[in-house]
Amino acid sequence: MSTSTLASVQSRRLQDLPKQRTLLGDAARRFVRNKLALCGLAMVSVLLLTAIFADFIAPYPYDAANPAKALQFPSREHWMGTDEVGRDVYSRIIYGTRISLTVGVGVMAMALLIGIPLGLLAGLAGGAVDYFIMRLVEVFTAIPALMLALLLLSVFGGGLFNVILALGVVAWLDACRLLRAQLLSLRERDFVLAARMLGATSTRIAVRHLLPNAVAPLIVAATIGIPTAIFAEAGLSFLGLGINDPIPSWGKMVGNALSYMRVYWHLGVFPTLAIAITMLGFTFFGDGLRDAFDASMNR
Amino acid sequence: MARYLFGRLVGVLVVFFIVSVVIFLLMHAIPGGPYNEDKVPLSAEAKANYMRKYGLDRPLVEQYLLYMGNALRGDFGVPFQSPTETVSGLIARTWPVSASIGGLALLVALPLGLLLGTLAAAHQNTWVDYLTSATATLGITVPNFVVAVWLVLLFAVQLKWLPTGGWGQWQHYVMPVAALALAPMALTARYTRTGILEVSRSDYVRTARAKGLSDRQIMVRHVLRNAMIPLLTILAPQIPNLITGTIFIESIFRVPGLGKFFVTSILARDYPMIMALMLLVAVVWSLVYLATDILYTVVDPRVRLEKSRI
Repeated sequence: MSTSTLASVQSRRLQDLPKQRTLLGDAARRFVRNKLALCGLAMVSVLLLTAIFADFIAPYPYDAANPAKALQFPSREHWMGTDEVGRDVYSRIIYGTRISLTVGVGVMAMALLIGIPLGLLAGLAGGAVDYFIMRLVEVFTAIPALMLALLLLSVFGGGLFNVILALGVVAWLDACRLLRAQLLSLRERDFVLAARMLGATSTRIAVRHLLPNAVAPLIVAATIGIPTAIFAEAGLSFLGLGINDPIPSWGKMVGNALSYMRVYWHLGVFPTLAIAITMLGFTFFGDGLRDAFDASMNR
Repeated sequence: MARYLFGRLVGVLVVFFIVSVVIFLLMHAIPGGPYNEDKVPLSAEAKANYMRKYGLDRPLVEQYLLYMGNALRGDFGVPFQSPTETVSGLIARTWPVSASIGGLALLVALPLGLLLGTLAAAHQNTWVDYLTSATATLGITVPNFVVAVWLVLLFAVQLKWLPTGGWGQWQHYVMPVAALALAPMALTARYTRTGILEVSRSDYVRTARAKGLSDRQIMVRHVLRNAMIPLLTILAPQIPNLITGTIFIESIFRVPGLGKFFVTSILARDYPMIMALMLLVAVVWSLVYLATDILYTVVDPRVRLEKSRI
């Protein structure tokens, strides 16, 4: 038998085999089948596009005050009316998307940046290091997150960057706990034993074998944390300690609306709708990701 | 059990100590003090007198030890924002208000959530189920201050059925309780539904059915009891939040509870009040967690506390 026929037989065999299924491919397939998840993805995409192209979508600048046109009801000129100093509510909501998404993504990044190294340390080093990190997590759990954020913002002042820092300080707890738990269960598996027998170093096992297996649940947890961060920012700004005027934050718009809302309903309705829609979009998306990566849901 | 409780209490005390130090340092790091010119117009002499009276002129370590020493003896000091009363008096006056709407919210949320969850599970994949699930999703995702604003706009501004806010009559309870109850109700409904569906497929329910128990008996004695276990984990973190007062709900409905002091005491640099609130929240959290862990053993005899150490 010549080598060329052998090769052709082999290639035909490979073609006959069903396509290799990967974790990511399976997850994508499950995600696409989930209508609510797709709906969430669409909502998140629209929000992202709104945030990026806010300059082109918003009809007015977010800080263009016009006292002569203060507190107008929705009209053809101002689709969502104007606020107490005559700024266009629709434009402020469009720009507010930027603030909300920046906070959501920024806090998520911080959570992963602190949570992954600490979780790795706790899960791999064990012993005294693990004990110390877990007590740290416990202390942060006992302090009410909102009050800690309020204290930090009072020490360092408000503003977008400080809001992200103040919320990120406690946001890493879940990522750290989750990664540690994952590592504790993963390192008992047979493939780790096999790698060790083949002579892999501890660092190599951690980076090449353990971390990749723990990545999916981490990403899911981080995505589910986004709406929590967006909600927290809205709350802080609502209380007047978050984003400063004239930067438009939905939470601040709701807080300001309280004294006018009894007559000027539009000031209350539109920012709260924006918050609710964003929270729903990210929650659908996050839940969809979780179900897609969770193999036990595969029925 | 006694040994377990002792270990837990020691752990809680250590956490309390660290939390108190962290908060003490953080609040003193806030620029400005309680008697700065921007807050109260005082002569330099009067200001020095106040600072001396409350020990604010001493080194931080001494101030901390002084505060903790007094606190251990039950003296939590005088709130700078309202110097005519004591911190304990202020909390005793305002906390019952917060706790009453929080407690009522729980009393409404639990049975309603259980009922809705059971209904949804019994009519799985019908419109009852979809409607309940949709309400649950909304209740869990939409923040309570957003719900509160919608309630005000609908029932106070549009329909004029209820007052926009205030305190004293029964009407003032309706909207704050509703806004607070929605999230725990939704959580309860969601976890009751999944819990019931999961337990219904288990072997012991099949056995119970095989030995001829009625659906009702199976539901109460086997299904609901087991479906409650995951519910405990989910609901426990809700309780401290509800009972220690929520800033948002109380400020929207102008409820004279403890909630607003979480913000005002920080703004006024009211050190004794900040410390007291932090410790109060920490105590309530620890107690609730301890209570849930003990409740687990009651609801689920398979759980043994001593062995749960990791």
